[in-house]
Amino acid sequence: MATAPRFWRENPSRYNMVGFKCNSCGKFYFPPRIICPLCHRKSVGKTEPVKMKGTGAIFSFTEIHEGMDEHNVQKPYIVAMVELDEGVKVTGQVIDCDVCDLSIGTRVRATLRKLSEEGSAGVIHYGYKFVPVRENGERPGDE
Amino acid sequence: MRRVAVIGVGITEFGELWDSSFRKLGIGAGMSAVSDAKISADQIEALFVGNMSAGRFIRQEHVAALIADYSGIARDHIPATRVEAAGASGGIALRQGFMAVASGLHDIVVVGGAEKMTDVSDIESSMIQSSAADQEWETELGATFPGLHALMATRHMHDYGTTREQLADVAVKNHRHGALNPKAQFRREINRDVVLRSPMVASPLRIFDCAPSSDGAATVVLCPLDMAKEFTDSPVEIVGSGQASDSLGLHHRKDICTMGATRAATERAFKMAGLSQKDVDVAEVHDNFTISEIIAIEDLGFFPKGEGGKATEEGLTSFDGDVVVNTSGGLKARGDPIGATGVAQAVEIVSQLRGTADKRQVKDAEVGLTQNIGGTGATAVVHLFRRV
Ligand SMILES: [Zn+2]
Repeated sequence: MATAPRFWRENPSRYNMVGFKCNSCGKFYFPPRIICPLCHRKSVGKTEPVKMKGTGAIFSFTEIHEGMDEHNVQKPYIVAMVELDEGVKVTGQVIDCDVCDLSIGTRVRATLRKLSEEGSAGVIHYGYKFVPVRENGERPGDE
Repeated sequence: MRRVAVIGVGITEFGELWDSSFRKLGIGAGMSAVSDAKISADQIEALFVGNMSAGRFIRQEHVAALIADYSGIARDHIPATRVEAAGASGGIALRQGFMAVASGLHDIVVVGGAEKMTDVSDIESSMIQSSAADQEWETELGATFPGLHALMATRHMHDYGTTREQLADVAVKNHRHGALNPKAQFRREINRDVVLRSPMVASPLRIFDCAPSSDGAATVVLCPLDMAKEFTDSPVEIVGSGQASDSLGLHHRKDICTMGATRAATERAFKMAGLSQKDVDVAEVHDNFTISEIIAIEDLGFFPKGEGGKATEEGLTSFDGDVVVNTSGGLKARGDPIGATGVAQAVEIVSQLRGTADKRQVKDAEVGLTQNIGGTGATAVVHLFRRV
């Protein structure tokens, strides 16, 4: 597990999905980068932090049965690669649903949840996870 | 650039080798390669060691110096260098050795690869392996190393209609090949049902879709081609070497069913060799998961994109097929001691081209290929070998 500072320094991106926009080429990136991989040195001074809307569609997904210690609390759990509406892909857990309800293309939105805990009395790390949404913005089962 | 030959190979047994330490494994493979090459220790000019994570597996860094010391070549103060590129550590070490000889800097170079994985628990081993992915933006958000490959598998099945059974066929074939290899970790044939009924790891991948944790080491000895006949009657030339990188995180790739780094490394290796895919008789590819072999045989250009599963099902990658893939049993059955894997692939191909692969010999094999991957494809290295 990462040390607390290693986690905290990424908090703006983990809590609010703050990414990076290159104003030289107009592309979005998440997580933030130091330079734009397309524009290289031309992007220096032309980038800005941008908050992702947090909405997108499942690009691929899996249900994890065996894995990392800190995620074993609730096994199995679902991990998806999500293509955000800004056109960037991110990896994260999908919660509050059954794997059978998901398919490639399912709409999801990001929500702030507990990611992991360091030790029994340790620091709790928070970050984004995804929940499925209907096209009208409601989650399945809301009706 | 000078032409480079392999003049000696050595490999330990692969498996859970509780009575063997890291240094015992490394020296064991090294001694057999040096004796196979019929060179004496004082002729060695440089050592490269592929190793991913001795620091976490056995709490020992600085392992190139360790191997040089315990093999008795540190007395001559030869340069000893560790090479790390996660799962591709061994293949990249081979490329470093190749470049050292090709450039004219050194004549006789030893390339080893070693990993001792089973001194830590299975969960610890999984976590170490996942450090080949992006720790901050994949692993800490819940993705495991098998999980990332499961994302590729889900998408490959969706885009190309690859079936769960075709994934199983990769494991079945590689176990069938491994059963013919006395050094393999698993020497037992399995059928589709064994794979399909094994415990789920990350859907759709089950335990029999995954390479095991292994201990083991492998070594090759290189020298300029024009010196090779002094040492051996059956030198094998390294005719092509290609290396490439890609984004560390899988999610940064436009297409997760293609490893762009494999494609680039393949193109570079074939260009250097002046050969094409149809020339290749035998290949060792990086089947750390069954889906990885399907993606590999497509990206290497043996089969069109999307047809790797079908080709495997039809037997085109086994004996009597178009190209025999993973005669050693691959990572799945031979075993995957990470840093050793890329060098073990070279040992297998050299044995095939020398005609010494016994029961798993591919008839009249003349050209062979190795493909070694780091992480989910952030590093790829491809080598082409030819019988002299
Ligand atoms: Zn840009």
